[in-house]
Amino acid sequence: MCTMIVEKVKIEGSGKGLNGWFKLEQANVSYDHPFDAPYEHALNIDFVNEAQGVGARVAVELSEQAARELIRTIQNVLDQAEAGGHL
Amino acid sequence: MYQTDMYEGLLAETISITGAKGETINAYFARPLGAGPYPAMVLAHHMPGWDQWYREATFKFAHQGYITITPNLYFRAGHGTPEDVAAKVRADGGIADEQAVGDLEGALNYIRSLPYSNGKVGIFGTCSGGRHSYIAACKTKKFDAVVDCWGGRVVMTPDQLNEKTPVSPLDLTGDLSCPILGLFGNDDSSPTPEQVNQHEETLKKLGKNYEFHRYDGAGHGFFYYHAAMYRQAQAVDGWQKVWAFLGKHLK
Repeated sequence: MCTMIVEKVKIEGSGKGLNGWFKLEQANVSYDHPFDAPYEHALNIDFVNEAQGVGARVAVELSEQAARELIRTIQNVLDQAEAGGHL
Repeated sequence: MYQTDMYEGLLAETISITGAKGETINAYFARPLGAGPYPAMVLAHHMPGWDQWYREATFKFAHQGYITITPNLYFRAGHGTPEDVAAKVRADGGIADEQAVGDLEGALNYIRSLPYSNGKVGIFGTCSGGRHSYIAACKTKKFDAVVDCWGGRVVMTPDQLNEKTPVSPLDLTGDLSCPILGLFGNDDSSPTPEQVNQHEETLKKLGKNYEFHRYDGAGHGFFYYHAAMYRQAQAVDGWQKVWAFLGKHLK
């Protein structure tokens, strides 16, 4: 807990955890120590449903570069979807 | 030093203790088998939680002759795998310093009540646990030695203070009443080498009994043998420093 840089955002969707799919209600985004990725700090996203307990979590731990690429890619895909009249 | 013809036995189990605000929490506990009296250690776990590394560290300290207790500082966040619990705590901005101190003091009180304790209790922590160990030593004035391994945010700027962490631990240094051993990697970004220097200067200025060691080629968490941050030579030397320091002040 060494940077304490974290934000929470309410989201809608589904995530697939150890026990199958569950409804997502929040994403916790932090830049802090990862559990597994080989970096001192990582961009961590936990997709969670706190009402279902701490185990209702889909986790990713990304390098800074990977996180920025992911942001750009998500934006590009949404832009294409909008241009195609899907949004 | 251990000899191959010596008897050796440990007892290890999960126990319940009274933590902050009189609330019950659980803890890893391990001790040498025998009548004692033994010195004791309280371990403050790191940000990744009350996990396998700290369970093994509890055994390791007991093997070295210390009654050892590692309270679950994340007990109130719920139960699940250590990672899932720690992820929730991370999302909530960590735990309150006051609560951590209460839980660590509860662990100390539990140990002091044991008939095989020699009355001396040290505290050890890594990462956020190093920081919590330092705060607990300063605030309670009940520990006989403290080991801070790369505790981040011991030096805090005013904009980093909040309801859970209202005081920079550095500002508590005047209350430190026991010797401190600090181990740090020079490639660490939390704490940075500059922050370690600032901490050391404050200890020196206030006439505290301190011993700081800095390691080249190491960053944060260089004791963690399960992670990429592990640095074998630095870790071996660091553990030797820990045992020498604790042996000098607790045994």
